[in-house]
Amino acid sequence: MNRASVFLACVSLCLLTLTGLIFWSGETVKQQNRTVRDLGEISACLRLTDLSFSHDARYTRHPSQADLFSAFQDHPGSIEHFPSGSVSAPPDFSDLGATISTGRR
Amino acid sequence: MSLMKHINILDYTLLSLLRRKFRNSGIVLVFSFVICITGSVLLLTYAFKREAVLVLGNVPELIVQKMSAGRHELIPVSFSEKIREIPGVSSVEPRYWGYYFDSFTKANYTVVTPGGRLSEGNKLLQGRLPAADERGVAAIGGGIARTRFLGIDDDLALFSPDGRLRNFRVIGIFQAPSELLTFDLIVISERDLKELFSLPSGVATDLVVGVRNETEAPVVARKIRERIPDSRPILRKEIIRTYDALFSWRSGLILTLFAGALAAFVILAWDKATGLSADERREIGILKALGWETSDILEMKFWEGVAISLTSFFLGIIAAYAHIFFFDAALFAPALKGWSVVYPRFHLIPFIDPYQIATLLSLTVIPYIAATIIPSWKAAVTDPDEVVRG
Repeated sequence: MNRASVFLACVSLCLLTLTGLIFWSGETVKQQNRTVRDLGEISACLRLTDLSFSHDARYTRHPSQADLFSAFQDHPGSIEHFPSGSVSAPPDFSDLGATISTGRR
Repeated sequence: MSLMKHINILDYTLLSLLRRKFRNSGIVLVFSFVICITGSVLLLTYAFKREAVLVLGNVPELIVQKMSAGRHELIPVSFSEKIREIPGVSSVEPRYWGYYFDSFTKANYTVVTPGGRLSEGNKLLQGRLPAADERGVAAIGGGIARTRFLGIDDDLALFSPDGRLRNFRVIGIFQAPSELLTFDLIVISERDLKELFSLPSGVATDLVVGVRNETEAPVVARKIRERIPDSRPILRKEIIRTYDALFSWRSGLILTLFAGALAAFVILAWDKATGLSADERREIGILKALGWETSDILEMKFWEGVAISLTSFFLGIIAAYAHIFFFDAALFAPALKGWSVVYPRFHLIPFIDPYQIATLLSLTVIPYIAATIIPSWKAAVTDPDEVVRG
């Protein structure tokens, strides 16, 4: 068996492993449909809005419910100091400058 | 015969690579590491986003908070009437929840009330949820059960603001696969929660608004803002968008942290691939003098690029998969979870986007092969005598 055959066999094995992993992922996702459905039922029943991901501050525990400037809300000039807060995205200010319509005349 | 020629060129290429095995294995190692990190970030972000969208697809369509001095404040339940009058609103219900700081474990828990009952077949809760009017019982998340060493029928002791200790009998514990959602939850009845937090009567944490037609939710939100100017309506779409932005931001930050390693590798690969060493130039000259065609030289360099980049890609992406889905993103998890006493043990569902893997393949393998072939082509078309003499 020459070097080329060994190399091609190794590449084929890697390709087969990667294909197997992708296939296995698909099957696992199908098997997890039940879990996802149960999770959805829990979030609907308890009216949950956020993932239980970071618990160091209330604005990292419930980012969707926090105020727009909540990372700095402890006191004026307070500097953000929680690690997960420092990897949270800043609020979207892309609509600043756009006309805000209140419907009142 | 033709196939044998290609195999022989590949065989020679591998022999040539093995002659410089330390340098080439170093490149494969660093290349694999870079692909592993980039692949891990892509896989992790995609899996989180998909899971968040699926799980948060059932959150309330509209939540209304009251703001006071720029902060979220308790909302009068009487606001429900004003909201119910808006056309398109199907229901308005007060939602009661809050945070409990546990001085025993120095951890923060989220206390919520049940808005309904779970179906009998729900496998993610061992036991059951408290009924709406049931007193002195609680269902808890797996994180609290582990931290406080609690099982079914044990007592969970919590302090109310007046310093009195209140005991709740544990009647349900959320199971491990739901930790990403329920890890720090304490579910108790509405009356128990009001007593525990000493909530004044007539107020709730926020209001959950049902909308008949989901596409009308932004219009309903605008009308709520008009009628109650100090309110803050939060749409389901905004909640999902928050998580999309959060995970994109975090993945961007991780990639930025590794940008130095990435840049170092690009410089190394560029230097190696574009600048032929004197040995390599001499090798090309000798091969040409022995009768190799320019196309054979280019094929040899093509195989060299394929051997290094494809091997690195496969090693890197398989390692990335194992890191995220078998070892639960052990390298990134501390940065993602933050600074907390209790950490959720999330095990991600292996959602994979084949398009991302294909993009990573094309962004790593093809440029490397191109960078290997182009300088060799320059050497291969030069007169062998000139190449060998340098």
